[in-house]
Amino acid sequence: MVSLTIDKKTLSVPEGITILEAARSAGIRIPTLCALKNLNEIGACRVCVVEVEGSAALRAACNTIVSDGMVIHTNTRKVREARRDIVELILSRHDCHCPTCPRNGNCELQTLAADLHIGALPFASKVPENRWNNAFPLIRQESKCIGCLRCVAVCDKVQGLHVWDLLGSGSRARVGLRAADSIELSDCVLCGQCITHCPVGALTERDDTRAAWDAIEDEEKITVAQIAPAVRAAWAEQLGIPDEIATVGRMVAAAKALGFSYVLDTDFSADLTIMEEASELLERLAHKEDYAWPMFTSCCPGWVRFARAQHPELLPNLSSAKSPQQMFGAMIKTYFAEKTETPAASICSVSIMPCVAKKYEAGVPAVNGADAGADVDLVLTTREFARMIREAQINVADLPELPFDAPLGLGTGAGVIFGTTGGVMEAALRTASFMLTGKNPDPDAFRQIRIESGYRTFSMELAGSTVTVAVVSGLENTDTLLAAMRRGEIACDFVEVMACPGGCAGGGGQPIIAGEERAALRGGKLRALDCASALRFSHENPDVQKAYAEYLEKPLSEKAHHLLHTNQAEW
Amino acid sequence: MRHLTIRSASRAERELQSVSAELSRRLSSDTGHVCPVEFTAALLRLFQSRSCGKCVPCRIGLGELADQLDLVLDGRGQRDTLALVERLARTIGLAADCAIGQEAARQLQVMLPAFRADFLSHLEKNRCAAETVSVPCVTGCPAHVDIPGYIALTREGRYADAVRQIRKDNPFPSTCALICEHPCEAVCRRNNVDDAVNIRGLKRYAVEKAGVVPAPARLPDTGKKIAVIGAGPSGLTAAYYLSLMGHQVEVFERRRRTGGMLRYGIPSYRLPDEWLDRDIDAILSTGVTLHTEVSVGDDLPIADLRRDFDAVYIAIGAHTDKKLGIPGEDARGVMSAVEFLRHMGEGGTFDFTGKNVLIVGGGNVAMDATRTSMRLGAASVKCLYRRRIEDMTALPEEVEGAVAEGCEVLPLLAPVRVETDAEDSVVGLWMQPQIIGAVQRGRPAPRKADKPEELFRADIIIVAIGQDIEVEPFRAAGIPVERAWFRADGATKVPGEAGLFVGGDCESGPATVIRAIEAGKVAAANIDRELGFDHQLELGVEIPAASVWISGPCGRVNTTEESALIRKDNFCLMERNMSHEEAMQECSRCLRCDHYGKGGFRGGRDQKW
Repeated sequence: MVSLTIDKKTLSVPEGITILEAARSAGIRIPTLCALKNLNEIGACRVCVVEVEGSAALRAACNTIVSDGMVIHTNTRKVREARRDIVELILSRHDCHCPTCPRNGNCELQTLAADLHIGALPFASKVPENRWNNAFPLIRQESKCIGCLRCVAVCDKVQGLHVWDLLGSGSRARVGLRAADSIELSDCVLCGQCITHCPVGALTERDDTRAAWDAIEDEEKITVAQIAPAVRAAWAEQLGIPDEIATVGRMVAAAKALGFSYVLDTDFSADLTIMEEASELLERLAHKEDYAWPMFTSCCPGWVRFARAQHPELLPNLSSAKSPQQMFGAMIKTYFAEKTETPAASICSVSIMPCVAKKYEAGVPAVNGADAGADVDLVLTTREFARMIREAQINVADLPELPFDAPLGLGTGAGVIFGTTGGVMEAALRTASFMLTGKNPDPDAFRQIRIESGYRTFSMELAGSTVTVAVVSGLENTDTLLAAMRRGEIACDFVEVMACPGGCAGGGGQPIIAGEERAALRGGKLRALDCASALRFSHENPDVQKAYAEYLEKPLSEKAHHLLHTNQAEW
Repeated sequence: MRHLTIRSASRAERELQSVSAELSRRLSSDTGHVCPVEFTAALLRLFQSRSCGKCVPCRIGLGELADQLDLVLDGRGQRDTLALVERLARTIGLAADCAIGQEAARQLQVMLPAFRADFLSHLEKNRCAAETVSVPCVTGCPAHVDIPGYIALTREGRYADAVRQIRKDNPFPSTCALICEHPCEAVCRRNNVDDAVNIRGLKRYAVEKAGVVPAPARLPDTGKKIAVIGAGPSGLTAAYYLSLMGHQVEVFERRRRTGGMLRYGIPSYRLPDEWLDRDIDAILSTGVTLHTEVSVGDDLPIADLRRDFDAVYIAIGAHTDKKLGIPGEDARGVMSAVEFLRHMGEGGTFDFTGKNVLIVGGGNVAMDATRTSMRLGAASVKCLYRRRIEDMTALPEEVEGAVAEGCEVLPLLAPVRVETDAEDSVVGLWMQPQIIGAVQRGRPAPRKADKPEELFRADIIIVAIGQDIEVEPFRAAGIPVERAWFRADGATKVPGEAGLFVGGDCESGPATVIRAIEAGKVAAANIDRELGFDHQLELGVEIPAASVWISGPCGRVNTTEESALIRKDNFCLMERNMSHEEAMQECSRCLRCDHYGKGGFRGGRDQKW
């Protein structure tokens, strides 16, 4: 332990922590802008500077390690003036048209400027120009970037992709693409983690809400929305309503209130994915020598993009099953259209996803199977969904709770946990076990696979033979796992990969809460929904059973292949 | 009315003078990550501040040039901006009224071809192509030794860890502690504050305190065999890392002893054998097999090595001497510095008692020969050089040290012919006085002065005007040679030849030990890669957190030497170690660029390579 004094408070804190952590442990607030715990403690913005007795210069609290006998002042004239000057300098290079910014009201710089009571700026505003392809699902506005370098840190350390870098030097130094000349040519997998870690509005998803409104308001169009599992755990986080009001029923009601003709549950197609993927796994296990091992899940388009760019040799290992979004898209424009007697051409299929990469996935020509334009016409993130609710001034608290529309509105607990790391694997094992033994296992039999982050391998008995599976989230973790597999240290049969840490619950399209990583919290909500579900096995989903009976015949049938499978190598 | 007044400098002028005087030192630091376009734009502005503004090219042209560069830097350049800048620079150079405008334009004309790629990157891609550098000393070190890391370890008294830390990138910590030319210090960010940290001195302190530190464990055996030709710093560096990676390495050395130029070129008063052996013992302890007195090319055909090994690294150094090409050069008493120092390195000696010795040359080898001659009891030792003393390529401290020991250094003298007696023994050397002249290829070139030749009496003449390599057996074996040196790509690979690598002095021409080590390290990494591996050598030493902060200006602790009167008579190590007090103060001068500034951005260090 180290003893030190902050603002006349004497503290005893563990060795090796920063001044910022020490101050926070004592309830002393030091403003920050670039700091991200364990990821970006680089003293770049200098907003957290404090006085340390014995040092002429102010020290950055975020990356100065405490030492015994340190005497620190966080609220002196010197500190306040420096902070103010620094924030004024940042604002002089920032596009301050806050009302038009998607992060208005949820911007760390805006909050800081308000906290520090910044008035008129003494410096002329010199805002850099935006140069970007605004058709790309990820949008970067140079005019808003404050150079905190969090995007660089997250992309480097969490995702291991190294897309961003600090380019140039001196007053012209700026964040840009490390190796590629344009974002389309870069290694970006569209995980969106840089967006959710950007303190301001410099990084956002492409806003497709205008197109969604156009579709809703088009009288010729039938809009069919599907809502992904992880959305229900986060959709209301920035709508100012408590958890107990923000139920799945009210989420459905809000979507209906926006004007979507049908609101369906992606849990249905998650269950469908399990039927196809578990069958595929068993088929591969039965003819082991015909396939490349291990088999990898393919429901995360960030992972598929990553595999395509960095590990093309692994593409044959990916399950050919489409993601739930795309399976649903194909089913909406075929089976659903037939059942509801709607011409497929008049359907606008909209998915609401916790994800930015889904915008890319929906646009991949090779993924379409329904022969009615794109299987998924529009993808909205959870944030865009919430934005539309605000825009329509919907009073969520007053909405009645509504069920998902039928048909294809039913999902099981196994489908819900698709939204969190380990969930796809667990759901698949539940059904694979049933398919092999004809008996349902205990739905919690595979609980060992439940982790919050990183990777884990797990071996179990499945109908008499041992199967080893691995679960990983975050692409840096994925790279580590793949390297261990290459070195022969880990051997598995089936691997679930989710590009975002914690899975879709921590997805790049989820609400942004300053200073918080909410993946585990949201994942917990999804787990609770699973436990509370009457149905916890994908194969027991009556809508799924009906879809096979009436339309798809059986898993891996020719029709299922046509509609529900893809070849990622052709993406 | 006063006709004249005595001018006294104003405070502003005095400050300006002192800032200007310190400018070059400040600019020399952190040179690694300067964008040449940005720097040139700033330089033009600085020239502008010196312009009187009378003539149009200087008054308007310099500012316009800087504005054009700014446009390019801001990504607003036009397609023809480069042509416009080139034309304008030429015009200013030709048409400005005085040297200020002319020189500013000349600087730009020199820079432009050199940074064309950077310029075009800004112009066409709105992207700075300058390599971004985080820790200047680490970048400045050819082997990229983690200098802030080992200084921090030294400060904590973790000397053995400091040695381990150095060995991650350089297996010659003891050797470099004494004789590295320390390019790291030239770019040290502390130059911004007062003066560079005495990095080499601190390395010596750590190494001496640490004593013998065992080499790390090898990675598992790969079954691959690699031959290294030459047991000098480059060959042994490659051998060390390849061996640690798990390859089976055999080193073939032509001479009886290992070390190459470190043993056969550097006198023991600068690098005692036991210091060198401490490094080499650790290298060999990793399982490297050594074959001495095997001359590859003569005793052992190169083709055999290429057949029997998965890869071959040629690092034979540059051990043949250049000739003066003057009459009498073959007389008794004339020898080359390489020959002279090699004999000393073998453990031999010469008796120069009462003799007059002349050394011809101005590099570090010339100084080594000069100071060794003094230690062999010569009555007089004179070093003769055809340019000025400030043009000598020898380190200034070497020249000063030689002078302090009683040697004479005589500039602006070019050898004409050796004067011999009837037995063809040397009695003197005729020298033609020179006058320094116009700058050619960056250095002022001497030419014959309008003065008569002078005869310098001599019993011994030692020629130290450069080295070559023994090319022939290797050329015959198909190894490409270009201008007397072997040719490789930037990664030590011989183009088009699988499994053949070449580096060190024999590829670069005579350079420094740290450059040879760099080549060995690069060769090891690329050989490993070519054999289908990607071994990573990890450090495993935790570096203390940067808790110190930038202190105000503080003098640099320089290492001292044994008194000239004593050291000139023996071959004992002449440099003294720092005291503990000095070392700790010097450690605290390190600005920890691994943490502060760009260094902290991506973690400050590479834990592996």
